[in-house]
Amino acid sequence: MAFLKDYIKDVLGALRSSLRGMRLTGYYALHHKKENITQQYPDNRDKLVLPERFRGEVVMLHDEKNEHACTGCTACELACPNGTIKIITKFDITPDGKKKKALDTFVYHLELCTMCNLCIEACPTNAIKMAQTFEHSVFDRNKLTKVLNNPGSKIREGVE
Amino acid sequence: MWSLENISNTIDNWLHSTFNGTTVMLIEFLIIALLVIGLFAVLGLVLILMERKVSAWMQVRLGPNRVGPGGMFQTVADTLKLIVKEGMTPLKVDKFLFNLAPFIVIIVSMVVLAPLMFAKNFQIWDINIGILFITAISSISVIGILMAGWASNNKYSLLGAMRSGAQIVSYELSAGLSVLCIVVLTGSLRISDIINAQADGWWLFKGHIPAMIAFLIFIIAVTAETNRAPFDLAEAESELTAGFHTEYSGMKFALFFLAEYVNVFIVCAIGSTLFLGGWMPLHIGNWAGFNHVMDYVPSFLWFFGKTFFLIFVIMWFRWTFPRLRIDQLLNLEWKYLLPISMFNLILVTVIAILRWHF
Repeated sequence: MAFLKDYIKDVLGALRSSLRGMRLTGYYALHHKKENITQQYPDNRDKLVLPERFRGEVVMLHDEKNEHACTGCTACELACPNGTIKIITKFDITPDGKKKKALDTFVYHLELCTMCNLCIEACPTNAIKMAQTFEHSVFDRNKLTKVLNNPGSKIREGVE
Repeated sequence: MWSLENISNTIDNWLHSTFNGTTVMLIEFLIIALLVIGLFAVLGLVLILMERKVSAWMQVRLGPNRVGPGGMFQTVADTLKLIVKEGMTPLKVDKFLFNLAPFIVIIVSMVVLAPLMFAKNFQIWDINIGILFITAISSISVIGILMAGWASNNKYSLLGAMRSGAQIVSYELSAGLSVLCIVVLTGSLRISDIINAQADGWWLFKGHIPAMIAFLIFIIAVTAETNRAPFDLAEAESELTAGFHTEYSGMKFALFFLAEYVNVFIVCAIGSTLFLGGWMPLHIGNWAGFNHVMDYVPSFLWFFGKTFFLIFVIMWFRWTFPRLRIDQLLNLEWKYLLPISMFNLILVTVIAILRWHF
């Protein structure tokens, strides 16, 4: 009769462990308001506070004189693992007649970006940073290719 | 008092006084078809929303909460999207069977509705073999699933369909045996007789422990028969993408999806009819006062309340237990459920012969 005893023990054990599992999910179902861990989508734009290190997209910092700190060194372009950044440089003529490499266009492909932050870490002059925007969907793919330096902007004095 | 029985009788009398016999029958067929389709649409919307909400709550999530108040119109939006979607037929499928399969599955669920009793004396077809009819017809749906799996010309679909076949063939047995327990106790296959036999208490309580064992086995077996988790091997997402309906899209997929939920409703309705007394209010023996108070609740509320409670239990299973492997599934049936339900049937027979039940 030992096999019968084992058999019945098996069945009762299965029942007991099933009921234990169901008790937990049943508790959650009845206390779903209290136990809820879901973060809601941020609808409250006015009061919204995002973490400091949130990575939305890469932007270039411009001051009030429309000057940025980008020297066009392409360190960010080299640091980027998936070719998101393309830097087009030009040569400025300095007042004393020397040619100097400078930024012409900072092309940023948002559709390729994985927000890995490597470009920001690579930048020697802190010219770019991560913005806190997070709604990036557009109807036209071309709108995801952005030029980060403002038109008419130039490099700030003293940044090498 | 207002009841579904009165409404149906009034309509029937009015039709008989206005038209002749054949026309009345045709009109009533039409009305019943519309009612069934309407019930299907409503059930699809309600049950899918219920499933999503229940699953969300059990997993400590929120569930749909954007469309309408509390996400109430989420399934309406989903249905509209499925309706306007292209009904695509892949290139190398068996076109006839591929397009036929979803209709077979949904028609089977429609036909099974026929002997169900939704309220007091409110039934489409009161046949004397009601339960046998339901068990016989509901096994046809596996043909639809096998057809879908074969016609899709896709190995995942075929694997899913084969698993579904093995599963339904096995679990029919213990579901049938636990249904038999109640048939033995009642002595009739007719649904209305089974319900009337529970006027002084539901079989779940009147039949002592064997009835409870039969109820438990019935719930487990029908969960497997409707291909729902933890027995959803036929469409195991992680192994077979979506099983037999991998290749389906648009409205044809929606029919499979709808049939799954309507089948859940139907098996729960059968369970509540057999074990919980269908539309019969909660009556306890000879407590006339208590029984009288319970009679004030309309009978269709009792029926749908019990059915939705069982649906909740089945959803509870789904969101608690992990999926069984195919060998574990067959072990559970052939080594545990079937011997237990056979032994249980003998016990029930002894109880019925010796009249030990209340």
